[in-house]
Amino acid sequence: MAQEVLRMEGITKIYDNGFVANKNITFWLHEGEILALVGENGAGKTTLMKVLFGLETPQEGKVLINGEPAKILNTLDAISKGIGMVHQHFMLVPSLTVAENVVLGIEPMKNGLFDFETAVSMTQEVADKYNFNIDPKMKVADLSVGQMQKVEIMKVLIKGAKIIIMDEPTAVLTPQETDELFEQLILLRDSGHSIIFISHKLEEVKRICSRVTVLRHGYCLGSYDLADMNEADISRLMVGRDVVLKIEKEDPKLGKPVVHIKDLVKINETGKHVLDGISFDIHEGEVVGIAGVEGNGQSDLSDVLSGMAGFTSGTVEVNGNNIKGKNVHDIRGMGMAYIPEDRMEYGCAGDMSIRDNIVADRFFKKEYKSGPFMKKKYIDEIVDQYIKDFEIACDDKSQPVRMLSGGNIQKVVVAREFTSGSNFILANQPTRGIDVGAAEMIRKTIVRKSREEGTATLLISADLNEVLECSDRLLVFRKGKVVAAFPKANEVSEAELGEYMLGLKTMTAEEMEGLL
Amino acid sequence: MFTLDWFANFGFSTLRLSTPLIFAALAAVINRKAGMLNMALEGMMLSAALGGVVFAGMTGNVWIGLLGAIVVSVFVGWVIAFANLSGKTDLYLTCIAVNLAATGGTVFAMYLITGEKATTSAAIRAYTLPTITIPLIEKIPLIGPMISGHNVLTYFAFISVFLVWFFLYRTRLGLRMRAVGENPQAASSVGINVKKIGYISFLYAGVLCGFGGAFMSMGWVSFFMKNMVNGRGYIGLSAMNIAEGNPVGSAIAAVFFGFSDALATTLKGQGGTFPTEFLDMIPYAATIIALVVISSIRMSRLRKIQQGRK
Repeated sequence: MAQEVLRMEGITKIYDNGFVANKNITFWLHEGEILALVGENGAGKTTLMKVLFGLETPQEGKVLINGEPAKILNTLDAISKGIGMVHQHFMLVPSLTVAENVVLGIEPMKNGLFDFETAVSMTQEVADKYNFNIDPKMKVADLSVGQMQKVEIMKVLIKGAKIIIMDEPTAVLTPQETDELFEQLILLRDSGHSIIFISHKLEEVKRICSRVTVLRHGYCLGSYDLADMNEADISRLMVGRDVVLKIEKEDPKLGKPVVHIKDLVKINETGKHVLDGISFDIHEGEVVGIAGVEGNGQSDLSDVLSGMAGFTSGTVEVNGNNIKGKNVHDIRGMGMAYIPEDRMEYGCAGDMSIRDNIVADRFFKKEYKSGPFMKKKYIDEIVDQYIKDFEIACDDKSQPVRMLSGGNIQKVVVAREFTSGSNFILANQPTRGIDVGAAEMIRKTIVRKSREEGTATLLISADLNEVLECSDRLLVFRKGKVVAAFPKANEVSEAELGEYMLGLKTMTAEEMEGLL
Repeated sequence: MFTLDWFANFGFSTLRLSTPLIFAALAAVINRKAGMLNMALEGMMLSAALGGVVFAGMTGNVWIGLLGAIVVSVFVGWVIAFANLSGKTDLYLTCIAVNLAATGGTVFAMYLITGEKATTSAAIRAYTLPTITIPLIEKIPLIGPMISGHNVLTYFAFISVFLVWFFLYRTRLGLRMRAVGENPQAASSVGINVKKIGYISFLYAGVLCGFGGAFMSMGWVSFFMKNMVNGRGYIGLSAMNIAEGNPVGSAIAAVFFGFSDALATTLKGQGGTFPTEFLDMIPYAATIIALVVISSIRMSRLRKIQQGRK
């Protein structure tokens, strides 16, 4: 058995507000292994890693590195003990070059000045050694997401880290980039590095990890050899029940078109055609899914449809009304509901209560007011009902949304948008970064609303499993164009989808005829 | 009227009046690169102007006066940094409070020391920093009288443009400061002390404002006068803003504002019936117009690109 490089023993972390994030957690890491750390959102994975990386101080417990007790009080301690962390949200400075980002904090000096040439050669050395194909002199702002992640990994490696924490590294990658990342992780593993791999994607865990440590609600449920486990076993441990990854649904009964998009073009501030002649309709009763590598126009389409941004030319109609020049409020009035990509930024007001967030899109309507005053009792009643219907785990409706876990915050957003009475739901990454249970509930509700209430839904998601399972029709975006359309999403294979997403194949207009 | 001498004088005046604006703009650049908009340049320069006169008067040495100006300005900068970085106050409100405190505080301190409420000219002996004549260049017609014979700080202002650029783009601290300004989490994740960088940026801004303030009271004139900085801190901030924090561009913008200040002063000197209050408005009006013009150029460029006309 390989040597144990890290052991965290009896870690307990209670936050000031009394939230028990970690309760007596023990796990260990061997030299040259990739250990998966899995658990639902709010299970305590991030807190545990923050403790390891010196960002949080635990109340109890100790950390042993190579069998020696180690005191990690801050990030510098962690780095000097050979621990590196690749954060989920990149910690990069866009206007600086790759080399400058990589050496930041340990800059080489010559004659008392920053030595850029040495920084470049240091970076090149790490890039060559671990097979990262990247130009150290490029600006980080010009890199793709996958390349930025490589820069993050190089930052960690150049500081001599032997233990690398990867916080949901594949969340932003394409399937091909993920494969490339995994090859690199395996290379790192074989050169003696130990990796803690945090992920929500069980098939990835199964693919590259040898062991898995499962957390649930702050407790550790143990560490298991992955050879003896399948994906269903892990998911059962994580959520305490079997999560059905398949969604049962009957064929949609199409009604009249709700959303009509014709020759939509949007040119952004750098002159790029981010939407390049998009045309399609969304009918009553169907879920249209959009798949694509992130940054191929999906977010731009979402911004245009929601009124967050304008467009250059073309026609977009919601229930027969042209949305050109209309703001979000106007478009909502035409029957749109909107689940934004970034829930903390656009989906909710973090410091406001659950109640206020839920009525934020409708408090001005007549039925919620009597004269100049709000009907408090009436609003309280409906909010309580929604909290129950959408299973929002909270103390009370007056609790600030920020105090909830990611999944519950998203449930608040969804509770508002799904009950607004709109017949068009624009859902942009509705389940990103939330726990399996909440994600399942949201997906099922999307499908149920389309079947029972005849809602037209546009589902934009980077989670292939999600778009394939929830959607009826599926469109693939690439470079601001629709490059493929499938009549039945759940009959498309991920491999086939990947080829269209990455531009290996493109459908002709004839092939897509009648599917737009 | 428009003789060679007139042009030489006007050019001289432009460079002279640009001096405090360049210092203010560079101070703003340093704070901006560390991620902070320093609106208290005004208060820092005003305090420095009084500090310079008082220290020079007490010691009888103009250089100690300059040092005093810098110390006072750095202290004011430290107060802002401490309040904002350690005390977690709102930066803008803190800066506004510091400006108001400096406006009143300098008059109060002046009254305590000299018993005067308007200027120190009667009570404290006048000291000015030396002027430098540049040999050879001095002899060139037009150019000579324009760029020779300035106060030592005027030359230093232009040298500072290079120093600030060099600091930001060639030193380790400059690199770290730019990293902190752009993504503080990224910087702190690699062990850079974000707070310390913030303090350092206010220290450097304090030094630059110290020079700017000292120029006002020991170069431009030889005494301290109530509210003598007169908005130059804000104009320096606008100059930085026009160039988006680039040190060279900010200095060029500062010279443009110096030019409009010189224009106002020269036109007033010509006499005539035009109300001088209106002429006094020129530098400030120029600031607003420049901000609007630059911003609308940026907007229309953006719009053109968006409409695909490139």
